[in-house]
Amino acid sequence: MSDSPAIVHEADHHEHPAYLRHHFESVEQQADTTNFAMWLFLLTEVMFFGGLFTAYLIYRNWYYQAFVAGSHQLSILWGTLNTGVLISSSFTMAMGVWCAETRRRQGLVLSLVITFVLGLVFLGIKSIEYSEKIEKHHVPGFHYSLQSFLDPDSDEAAKAAGDKPLPLDVARHTEVYFSLYFAMTGMHALHMIIGIAILGYMIFRAQAGAYTTGHVTFVENFGLYWHFVDIIWIFLFPLLYLISRHA
Amino acid sequence: MSEHKEPEHQDEHEHHIVSPMVYLTIVVILLIGTGLTVGASYLELGIFNPIVALAIAVIKATLVVLFFMHVKYSTKLTKLTVGAGIFTFITLVSMTLADYISRAWGKW
Repeated sequence: MSDSPAIVHEADHHEHPAYLRHHFESVEQQADTTNFAMWLFLLTEVMFFGGLFTAYLIYRNWYYQAFVAGSHQLSILWGTLNTGVLISSSFTMAMGVWCAETRRRQGLVLSLVITFVLGLVFLGIKSIEYSEKIEKHHVPGFHYSLQSFLDPDSDEAAKAAGDKPLPLDVARHTEVYFSLYFAMTGMHALHMIIGIAILGYMIFRAQAGAYTTGHVTFVENFGLYWHFVDIIWIFLFPLLYLISRHA
Repeated sequence: MSEHKEPEHQDEHEHHIVSPMVYLTIVVILLIGTGLTVGASYLELGIFNPIVALAIAVIKATLVVLFFMHVKYSTKLTKLTVGAGIFTFITLVSMTLADYISRAWGKW
């Protein structure tokens, strides 16, 4: 490092790439800084979802039977399928970052398009699951129905899981389970929708040749966001769908 | 001393490109992990059902953070940031849960 950075900067001025902002010493420093900022943002997201996860753990502890009966209403098949879809989309996103780094425009566009489509597939499956909840009146609110829990034999999913009829006061707490189910998967889906919107923008920019000229920061940091949303689902899936199968 | 400094310097300043083979390996492991966690949920493991499920989820998340999110190849600043975030998260959750568990201690 030079003793007089101002002079060095003057001398280098015409050589640095256009995307290097003037307040950064080098491209590396600029990349490290934006990477750091992206991680700080993701940490605020961790804290946000952390609150939801903590609420889930506490309420599951309090209203255990109701949470068990509530989780029996979810379809493991759809949940597993969606986990596969989301993990695959993380893979295609990672491939997109690689294509940007190795300056493959076609590959980048293709990776982003596949990621975009897989994101939509995830939301599609999620909406099938939501519509099942709406049909059964399992959405918390005025029209919430306790029938699946008071009379499990009338409900296919509850019957298959071998649920016993719950007393009224216990059954009422299934509404807490579904409140958290919709809050957590809903916030996750909102993150997916935002991600898909940004992906759409990136596909157009990538087609025009952006991101494959050595300046990959945007793709890389979006990749971090996408993988983060994947991680949230990696925890949501077992907590909401799986861990109460046998209780 | 100078030998010691060289790789560290590279680590801080060279942009490491993770190869597609690494990504492919990780995604296969993640899909296998998903299969395992679903399979484990059908077994009667008692208290270990949630423990096994969360352990697999933690392993999967760690792989995503290290490889898909490049933390394994990142600067020390990024590693420290991620570590500090996980530490803060665990601290906040465990202190909250400790409060809920111990609030009524001895009063029942």
